Amino acid sequence: MSEKELGQKWDRCLADCAIKVGTGLGLGIVFSVVFFKRRTSPIAFGTGLGLGMAYSNCQNDLRSHYVLHSNVAKEP
Amino acid sequence: MLRVCWKGARAAARQCVCGKVSAHPLQHCRRYTTAGDSGSSAGKIVAASLLTVGGGVGGTILYAKWDPKFRANVEKSVPYSDQVFEMVLGPPPPPPVPLQKKPVKVEPLQISSLSETTKESKAKAKKSDPAPVEAPPAVEEAPAQTLQEASAEAAHIISAISDVPSVPAPGTSDDSPADPTPAAEECHPEPALTERPAEEVSARLAQQDKAEQDALAALTAGLEETLGSSAKITLQAIGAQEVALTAITAHTDKLKEAMDSQTPPDEKSAQWKALNEALSERTRAVDEAGDALLKAKEELERLREVINSAKQAKIDAARPQILAAEENLHSMIVDLDKVVTKVQTAQSEAKVVSQYSELVNEAKAQFQQELANITPEIQANWKGLSGKLSVDDLNSLIAHAHRRIDQLNRELAEQRVREQIHIETALEQQKLEDRKALEKAVVSALEHSREDMRLEQEKKVQEMREVMEAEMRTQLRRQAAAHTDHLRDVLKVQEQELREEAQEILTSKMMEQETHYRRLTQEQLDTFTLDMNAAYARLKGIEEAIDSHVTAEEEARKAHQLWLSVEALNYTLKSAGANSPTEPLEGAVRAIKESCAENEFAQALATAIPEESLSRGIYSEAFLRSRFYDIRRLARRVALIDETRNSLYQYFLSYLQSVLLFEREQEAPPAKLAPEDLDTFKLLAYATYSIERGDLELAAKLINQLRGESQRVAQDWLKEARLTLETKQVISLLSAYANAVGLGTTQAP
Repeated sequence: MSEKELGQKWDRCLADCAIKVGTGLGLGIVFSVVFFKRRTSPIAFGTGLGLGMAYSNCQNDLRSHYVLHSNVAKEP
Repeated sequence: MLRVCWKGARAAARQCVCGKVSAHPLQHCRRYTTAGDSGSSAGKIVAASLLTVGGGVGGTILYAKWDPKFRANVEKSVPYSDQVFEMVLGPPPPPPVPLQKKPVKVEPLQISSLSETTKESKAKAKKSDPAPVEAPPAVEEAPAQTLQEASAEAAHIISAISDVPSVPAPGTSDDSPADPTPAAEECHPEPALTERPAEEVSARLAQQDKAEQDALAALTAGLEETLGSSAKITLQAIGAQEVALTAITAHTDKLKEAMDSQTPPDEKSAQWKALNEALSERTRAVDEAGDALLKAKEELERLREVINSAKQAKIDAARPQILAAEENLHSMIVDLDKVVTKVQTAQSEAKVVSQYSELVNEAKAQFQQELANITPEIQANWKGLSGKLSVDDLNSLIAHAHRRIDQLNRELAEQRVREQIHIETALEQQKLEDRKALEKAVVSALEHSREDMRLEQEKKVQEMREVMEAEMRTQLRRQAAAHTDHLRDVLKVQEQELREEAQEILTSKMMEQETHYRRLTQEQLDTFTLDMNAAYARLKGIEEAIDSHVTAEEEARKAHQLWLSVEALNYTLKSAGANSPTEPLEGAVRAIKESCAENEFAQALATAIPEESLSRGIYSEAFLRSRFYDIRRLARRVALIDETRNSLYQYFLSYLQSVLLFEREQEAPPAKLAPEDLDTFKLLAYATYSIERGDLELAAKLINQLRGESQRVAQDWLKEARLTLETKQVISLLSAYANAVGLGTTQAP
């Protein structure tokens, strides 16, 4: 079902986002705790990183149909 | 403000389209203020238009008055214009009369002019009218009268011209049919050209012939009579003349004899007596001859008269007789003349001799007298006195004789001297007499020769005539022969024609009879054949009906089967669950295929069902409907996403748009999609409307028009919808077909 595709995409997107954000957050916390003296910036950084990656992923996923693939012909 | 102006302009445009008011609507407000100006301009316009129209109408009327053809054209094309024209111009002119009379008039006028000139050239006093109106009757009259006149050249010409109109049937002019008869009556009866009937002609001819014959007979009789009598009398005359001639010659001879005084004296008296007798005889004969000559001449004159009258009677058959009579007459005249001349010569000779004898007698008498004077005693017959004479007497006699001899010598000398003169005078006399005789002879000879020539000419003419007659007779005979030949030929041809005609009639009658007979037999045959054919046809019909029954039942069974299988198929369609597709249609389709193995249409249709539906089955419409709403929602949400705009932000915007955009859920789709209708939301509204109304097809068409992400989203649903629609279409076709076939094969109970 083509209409479910979008929903599936969004699901993946959200899942990915959650994972990425969580992972970023976690890593941020870890890094902030471990390396950056409990400052909040690495948490924010990590979250943002995660969010951004998730956003980009989501966008790419959603765009994937419209992206043109080119085949470079190999010279003999 | 702008809108008001816009609306006003629109109204003005509408009015302009209707074509009523030319004034600008904005000028409406101006009208109240400047009424005068526009009024005068309108007045000017009205006046100008009236003038133009009036000028056009007037011009048309004038031209129509001048040219009737144009008038007719206008009357034909414009209704009620004929009434206008009639009112103004009067009734239309009548069509032009064809000039037929003129050429006919020319001929009689010419003839009449010619006749008039001839009339003027000839004497006046004609009763014909010189007016040209009555030229035809004048033509009829004048030629008749000119014929009457019968002047040589003009009459010939005019009769040649007037022969045409004077013939009873009026050929030249049409306007004087009754005139020829009074004209014919007026003029003197021309030689009747009517043919007398044949019997009359033959009777007349016979009459004429008889009359001729009678005349001829009378003429010949008269001629013969006169000829006979004149011949007799002429012969008599000639005889008399010859007798006279002989008498004269006898007398002359006797006289000559008497002159010679050789005979003895006693015979002298007998001689003298005979001489006297001869003389008396001669006179008598001469008288008789003269009488006979007169009578002959009379008779000849009578004969000539008769001949002349015969000639005047002009009977051809008598010609040879006339000619012969004339010849006889001529010969008689010639003979008479000859005899008369002979007699005359004899008479002249006799005269000479008698003169001589007289002279001699005179001399003798004188001598005797002298002798008597000398010798008075010797009186009588002194010849017998030789012995009685005395010497004195002898001496005196001798002296007298000497004296006489002297005298005679002297006379002889004188005569010798006067000989020449005498001879000349005698010659002259003789010449005169000769000339007279010659003249007479010449005249008579001329007359004779003339008569001869005339007779010869007549004879020749007669001969020629006979020859000509003979030739003409031969020619006539030839013509008659030719005529008979021609008649024979014509008769032969006629006979041939008649025979052919009869033959034709016979054959036609025969043919008729034959055709009649044939027709009857044919009719019988036809009726028989017809009956046979009818029976055969009925038999065939019955057989066919039975066969068709069988086939029809077969067909009905097949159709029933088909219908059952299609119904089964339809039923399988109904087996679609709420969310699940139907059973695969394969079985039913196979059943259909089996049931209509030989039906191509059904086979084609059965194969046209898509594979998916066969294998998987199709979704029901309700399912598709419900699914549609999901599609709709989704499509609305991603309405903005397409190849160019597909970032997440766009997704958010698109979602925002879908939330904020208020529109009717359902909207009736127009008959034609305009470009502005291709908006996603509009399309979805139309599709929803269609779906709600059950028109899946239209909804599918509309959904097909989606673009971008909406299209991608609706793809599956569209596919399903297509499938369903296809299958349904085929099935409906099949069922319709089955129904049709069933209807076709159903028999009324």
